[in-house]
Amino acid sequence: MSTLDTVVRLIYLVVAGLLVLGLHLMNSPVTAKHGERLSAAGMTGGVLTTVAVIVHESSIDATGWSVLAAGALVGSALGFRFARTVPMTAMPQLVSLFNAVGGGAAAVVGVSEFLRVTGVGTSVHAPLHTIIATVLDVLIGGVTFTGSLVAAGKLQGAISGQPLVFPGTRVVTITLSAVVLAGFGLLLAGIGGMPILLVIAVAALILGLTMVLPIGGADMPVVISLLNAFTGTAVAMAGFVIDNTLLIIAGALVGASGAILTKLMADAMNRSIPKIIAGGFGTGDAQAAGSGGAGAPVREVSADDAAIQLAYASKVIVVPGYGLAAAQAQHEVRDLTKLLEDRGVVVSYAIHPVAGRMPGHMNVLLAEASVPYDQLKEMDEINPEFPRADVALVVGANDVVNPAAREPGNAISGMPILDVDKAQNVIVIKRSMGHGYAGLDNALYTDPKTGMFFADAKAGLAEITAAVKSLVGQAA
Amino acid sequence: MSAALLSSLTIFFLSLLVGFEVISKVPAMLHTPLMSAANSIHGIVIVGAMLIAAEAHNPAAYVLAFVAATFGSMNVVGGYVVTDRMLQMFKRRPAVVTPPKNEEDGGTP
Repeated sequence: MSTLDTVVRLIYLVVAGLLVLGLHLMNSPVTAKHGERLSAAGMTGGVLTTVAVIVHESSIDATGWSVLAAGALVGSALGFRFARTVPMTAMPQLVSLFNAVGGGAAAVVGVSEFLRVTGVGTSVHAPLHTIIATVLDVLIGGVTFTGSLVAAGKLQGAISGQPLVFPGTRVVTITLSAVVLAGFGLLLAGIGGMPILLVIAVAALILGLTMVLPIGGADMPVVISLLNAFTGTAVAMAGFVIDNTLLIIAGALVGASGAILTKLMADAMNRSIPKIIAGGFGTGDAQAAGSGGAGAPVREVSADDAAIQLAYASKVIVVPGYGLAAAQAQHEVRDLTKLLEDRGVVVSYAIHPVAGRMPGHMNVLLAEASVPYDQLKEMDEINPEFPRADVALVVGANDVVNPAAREPGNAISGMPILDVDKAQNVIVIKRSMGHGYAGLDNALYTDPKTGMFFADAKAGLAEITAAVKSLVGQAA
Repeated sequence: MSAALLSSLTIFFLSLLVGFEVISKVPAMLHTPLMSAANSIHGIVIVGAMLIAAEAHNPAAYVLAFVAATFGSMNVVGGYVVTDRMLQMFKRRPAVVTPPKNEEDGGTP
């Protein structure tokens, strides 16, 4: 091993350490920023070291430098622009887009290295483990690329959030999987070369489409996490292909991260990962009725009623759901809770793990609206506090507060929920009595202690805030 | 199986375990910034893009290197910038002032 090689390996080791440390410091909002800076420093070090390696080896030609510089310039400009301008509500789409390009880049690295080693012919001149890594890299990277683009499109609303199931989708998926397997077998046998790898790449790109198109919008938190894990794995495979430990380590870290989040999200939605991939959820076909039943009387309240109840409470728990994010009402909810806090009401927010469209999304939306993070409580932390809350204010949440989850025999049985029904009083802001994604009646709405305020989340919250001001605002 | 491959596999599996260990300690509140941070970390693929650009000597290879460099740099730059932007938003409650007591006592409406 040359001196340079040794130095490079050692620097890569430091870089890997910084990346791990950066993730470790994410365990608290106090240290997270520092961690992110360490991670960025590590990344910069890794890139600069690689520049030094390329210069030293001097196998790169002028055109190589040009395409590298041009690509880096275009990519950086686009990435920077998106990162600075995309609103927080659109964060899931952006993360999905970065998954797409990360996976795409990994697949391209695999194809490119294969091209360099074996050329365009139909013979294969690569060791067995390189072939295996290349096929896995191209397969996973390709699926991630198109799959993430579809996911981003669905989240953005450019593609229908409804599960899109074409007749024959399953046949196409099975056929393509068979094509990939056959191609893999041929390459392992040393036959086929570049043309076969390209066939696998194309099959992978189509598989990404057929995998994500049939998945409903409600399952997106799981899908994004899964595609994140895929991207990490693809990058690690690219690391095996070009024999680079830094890619292997970083890819494995991301793969682990994505896998954990996928599991957490699936558990919080009470859905198995294979079932989500099989698709078709969100169609409202699960109609097993929860307790309470349709037709039970509902107590409707006005903004004034809600305002008085909130203003005279001593402890209020706000339960924000996707409806709040969809209506972009996070600033309105902050205005209301600020007003209540000024009156001495203790306010906290109960955040269900799948509130929003990606893991932890609701926390970011509320943080953006300047809600201090010590008011944001996780499910396990807040559930024991509901019995002591005078009012639970539910904004745009449905399935995650449905007591039917505690009973057997329906679509959400066993799903962890927020114990809103244990609060002294409940106010629900909701546009209509419509069902959630699981298509169930919600016994919470017909509970005698629940007041339903039928309004759009944004307008409804603004009305209640105004009512608090006019009814009790001048009392001091 | 070569010694180099074995050590790479070892590194891969140990990194997976480190990842599981470190990430399972991150609170749900920070899961979106975490995923975004993980996103920026897989931007390390830019290193791969650079290494293939170094070996590119024909039109097809140039095109592939350009695509990989564009995708990779978009991933790494965008990932770090947006994670930082997100983390800036997480603020603690401002210095606590003793909350004023409710004049009217909390009866039911």
